Amino acid sequence: MALDNIMKVNLKVWRQAGPKEKGEFVTYNDVETTPDTSFLETLDILNETLVEKGEEPIVFDHDCREGICGMCSLFINGHPHGPATGATTCQLYMRRFKDGETITVEPWRSAAFPVIKDLMVNRNAFDQIQQAGGYVSFNCGGAQDANAIPISKLDADEAMDSATCIGCGACVAACKNGSAMLFVSAKVSQFALLPQGRVEAVQRVKAMVAKMDELGFGNCTNTRACEAECPKKISISNIARMNREFLCAKFKD
Amino acid sequence: MWLIDSSIGRKLIMSITGLFLILFLIFHMSMNVVAIFSGESYNKICEFLGANWYALVGTAVLAGGFVLHIIFATILTLRNQKARGAQAYAYQQDQPGKVEWASKNMLVLGLIVLVGLCVHLTHFWAKMQLPEIMGAEEEYAGQFADGAALIKLTFSNWKICVVYIVWFIAIWFHLTHGFWSSFQTMGLNGKTWFPRLKCIANIVSTLIFLGFAAVVVAGYLQNL
Amino acid sequence: MAEINSRIPEGPVAEKWTNYKAHQKLVNPANKRKLDVIVVGTGLAGASAASTLAEMGFHVLNFCIQDSPRRAHSIAAQGGINAAKNYQNDGDSVYRLFYDTVKGGDYRAREANVYRLAEVSANIIDQCVAQGVPFARDYGGLLANRSFGGAQVSRTFYAKGQTGQQLLLGAYSSLNRQIKAGKVDSYNRYEMHDIVMVDGRARGIIAKNLVTGKFERFSAHAVVLATGGYGNTYFLSTNAMGCNCSAAIAAYRKGAYMANPSYVQIHPTCIPVHGDKQSKLTLMSESLRNDGRIWVPKDIEDAKKLQRGEIKGSDIPEEKRDYYLERRYPAFGNLVPRDVASRAAKERCDHGFGVNNTGLAVFLDFSEAINRLGIDVVRQRYGNLFDMYEEITDVNPGEFANEINGVKYYNPMMIFPAIHYTMGGLWVDYELQTSVPGLFAIGECNFSDHGANRLGASALMQGLADGYFVLPYTIQNYLSDQKIWPKVSTDVKEFDEVEKSCKADMDKLMNIKGKRSVDSIHKELGHIMWEYVGMGRTKESLETALKKLKDLRKEFETNLFVPGTVEEPMNIELDKAFHLRDFITMGELIARDALSRNESCGGHFREEYQTEEGEAKRDDENYFYVGCWNYQGDDTKEPELIKEPLTYEAIKVQTRNYKS
Repeated sequence: MALDNIMKVNLKVWRQAGPKEKGEFVTYNDVETTPDTSFLETLDILNETLVEKGEEPIVFDHDCREGICGMCSLFINGHPHGPATGATTCQLYMRRFKDGETITVEPWRSAAFPVIKDLMVNRNAFDQIQQAGGYVSFNCGGAQDANAIPISKLDADEAMDSATCIGCGACVAACKNGSAMLFVSAKVSQFALLPQGRVEAVQRVKAMVAKMDELGFGNCTNTRACEAECPKKISISNIARMNREFLCAKFKD
Repeated sequence: MWLIDSSIGRKLIMSITGLFLILFLIFHMSMNVVAIFSGESYNKICEFLGANWYALVGTAVLAGGFVLHIIFATILTLRNQKARGAQAYAYQQDQPGKVEWASKNMLVLGLIVLVGLCVHLTHFWAKMQLPEIMGAEEEYAGQFADGAALIKLTFSNWKICVVYIVWFIAIWFHLTHGFWSSFQTMGLNGKTWFPRLKCIANIVSTLIFLGFAAVVVAGYLQNL
Repeated sequence: MAEINSRIPEGPVAEKWTNYKAHQKLVNPANKRKLDVIVVGTGLAGASAASTLAEMGFHVLNFCIQDSPRRAHSIAAQGGINAAKNYQNDGDSVYRLFYDTVKGGDYRAREANVYRLAEVSANIIDQCVAQGVPFARDYGGLLANRSFGGAQVSRTFYAKGQTGQQLLLGAYSSLNRQIKAGKVDSYNRYEMHDIVMVDGRARGIIAKNLVTGKFERFSAHAVVLATGGYGNTYFLSTNAMGCNCSAAIAAYRKGAYMANPSYVQIHPTCIPVHGDKQSKLTLMSESLRNDGRIWVPKDIEDAKKLQRGEIKGSDIPEEKRDYYLERRYPAFGNLVPRDVASRAAKERCDHGFGVNNTGLAVFLDFSEAINRLGIDVVRQRYGNLFDMYEEITDVNPGEFANEINGVKYYNPMMIFPAIHYTMGGLWVDYELQTSVPGLFAIGECNFSDHGANRLGASALMQGLADGYFVLPYTIQNYLSDQKIWPKVSTDVKEFDEVEKSCKADMDKLMNIKGKRSVDSIHKELGHIMWEYVGMGRTKESLETALKKLKDLRKEFETNLFVPGTVEEPMNIELDKAFHLRDFITMGELIARDALSRNESCGGHFREEYQTEEGEAKRDDENYFYVGCWNYQGDDTKEPELIKEPLTYEAIKVQTRNYKS
């Protein structure tokens, strides 16, 4: 690596030993990295030096590092997944930052996402919402031929756009209300647009919204911060669709 | 009751009451504009909308709408603060491009609107419709039966004019977000309609602002 | 020598699966409720198996190391899923898919398994569509297909470039339904550490709750491993950071054979390593080779200047470029198969022609395509890939860079091969049962269907076939055995012993108290593996590797440092150390298997065994078998090689040919 490529940043990182412990910011100065290194790799570098010093490394969620698994989180300099748009934290490279910059790294903050350790939060609430109704009820083996029901390409494409959600929780992290509407509506939309999902649409939207409310997520006030910060650019038109589905379902009761 | 228990139900109440209040504003504004052109006609409308049963019912419903809108705004805000969690972000984020200032400050704007409303009620309503409802018409009759004159008198003070204009600006911000937002909440939105609704929202709020502001300005100018 | 029985049903290959299903033993519904199955892993294979077993009535305990089942690495698969639907009316059939897969696997797969895979492939698509998977469609509303390498028909179904994600979310939705119904107990952020054997059968696992750091015991009637491949043995790969082979190695230590570990797939178009701090490699779609031309400089001096950063690729004119694939393989050019393209890139870089600072990269150039088609057309085809490349490397491959003698040159991409998929894995019989009774392996974790090389869009097919349509049937043949029906308490001494040994293992890692971090040793392991057990292997390189691995194991056992304590919440360094211990064992298995296989086939290329044109030279006379490695009680002891002979009835074994 050529010498002129090296950059130094200061990382101001939230450290918290456990869910009930008190957390605080710790600043690590002069972490050496390069513009071509990813942000998570820079955290790796920092962790390596911490381990060498006999300290405990910073715990953060990450897995595929290709922007698709939804595991990585991190609220970096005031943005979920950092300053880049349409990208996850693992797709963030250091050239987005200035040499010598201090970068503030916080975990997702939301009552429904309690901190487990350091920068790692518990997003189990998302699974619970999906379990409430994010599926089509049928058993393996009983399916008809895949081409038996034609589906308009426009609907299929729109369902695909909704289904792109990676369930990372950036929408909740970005929302001043801690609302999970974008996440829930993406799943509701995907199924509402497809004939296979329509059969149970009424029960599904009621069950998923009820679960979302029960788990303590906030109420959407249409600020669109979720849409702006979503790494997969999920549109708030999904929220409108879910509202429509929900109200129709309730008025049918 | 799902309207109260569910997040979307509560929001539906916000959006319906909000739209109802916008309708009222449009009506109120249209009425006021008449005063610019003819004080006499304006007074006739006021007379028509006196203490009749329909006006009373209308006033009651309107007040109810206001109260519901405010109560649910408070409930939602409190719940949302709870959902945000005890620990706030340390880094104050700059607004992502798409997020409009008004959308994040609806509560503040709402409070300004509420304060402005109180001022406004003491200025006009308390002197025009209220006495009529109370049956104390005669005491005021000589003084303020002439609504058009009241407008002229009130806005002769430039400070009051400024307060009103600030109030209208707050209403403008509140409406630009509130209008399309209520359609979004009712599910009447989508990728195609979103820009259209935003455009309509801007036109409606601007018309309301201009209408009201014109009366204030005209009232001030008439005194010069 | 231990005996090996692959339990392939009688009859012609096309009737085996039908016959099997007609005659296998089943469990009646009242008894299914009383039987527990542990499924470790929630990828395509794990999630689909867990949900389907639960739908059938079994009680399932499902484990994953991530915070949600939806995050398993199957989610990152891009291209698509093959199925013999013949919707395009281009002559596809079950036999043709079967044939292509066996041929693609260089005739090292088990015929009966592959035929079954091709047979159930069509059901997978039906299943997924019914789940609400938004596959790409034509304007008529019917499913769209694309073609993929190694086939003459269009049989690949896809959902944008995110097919794996959509299929996994489909399986996850079925799983959620069963979790809600109480039929599946889902354990997230749990890692299996060992298998508990009672009376010679797998009857439970010890898993670590990563959040609390405590070990917990789980008892069941059968254990299914769906824990993926071992690509991260090489440190840098396209696998996720969490992918590991510890569960498979735990099974191996319990007596499950490890089969064909040397079959590792290397993908030619990955973004090159940029420095020693890199954590993982990113795949660029293979489709880029349709219009991109691969080259290095003709002149070694130019290469050196590139390596020093003194010139850029676009400074080198056409006549000084060596389009080595077009030169060596005039018929196929840049579109030679994955393994050939990978080896050719390595060959150039080994001779010093690498084009970046590490000397380990070649150019993939779109100048010719842009000059011919215009930038708009090229961007239409590859725009999203160009953007992805730019985000990672800060170079825009569509950008005009230089004009020499009237020829316009655009910024070339840099690519290099990387470890991508592992064909080898736990040996399983036709029922997907390992050599340990009651222990099953599905998906990439087993070895069965891809032979020595996997075709594109076949990994998703295999994972889902195993999980939805094969294992839920075949496992019943085992579970119907009434001898195993009594439940085993987790208080029995077998659980005590295994839990104690798990703790002792962790204490051992913690108490080394040496100087080196886990990653520094893992990087060294990766370097040894890539250098000596990588794309081109020789007897010498493999022997060197085994020697170096022995030293590395010693270094690991004496000089490792892990901070924190054993049972503390989220001790990530300890978890990594646990994985690394097993990666070293896996590395040795890969090297040993490669050394024992004195031929070249598919992903395993021994430089001594190649044709004059540099093609892989198989030795069907001596190596027409599955190499199964049997543990001998200690990681350092050489395992025993057991051979499962391959028998082909429906297909004539031939030499693969890419020349004409």
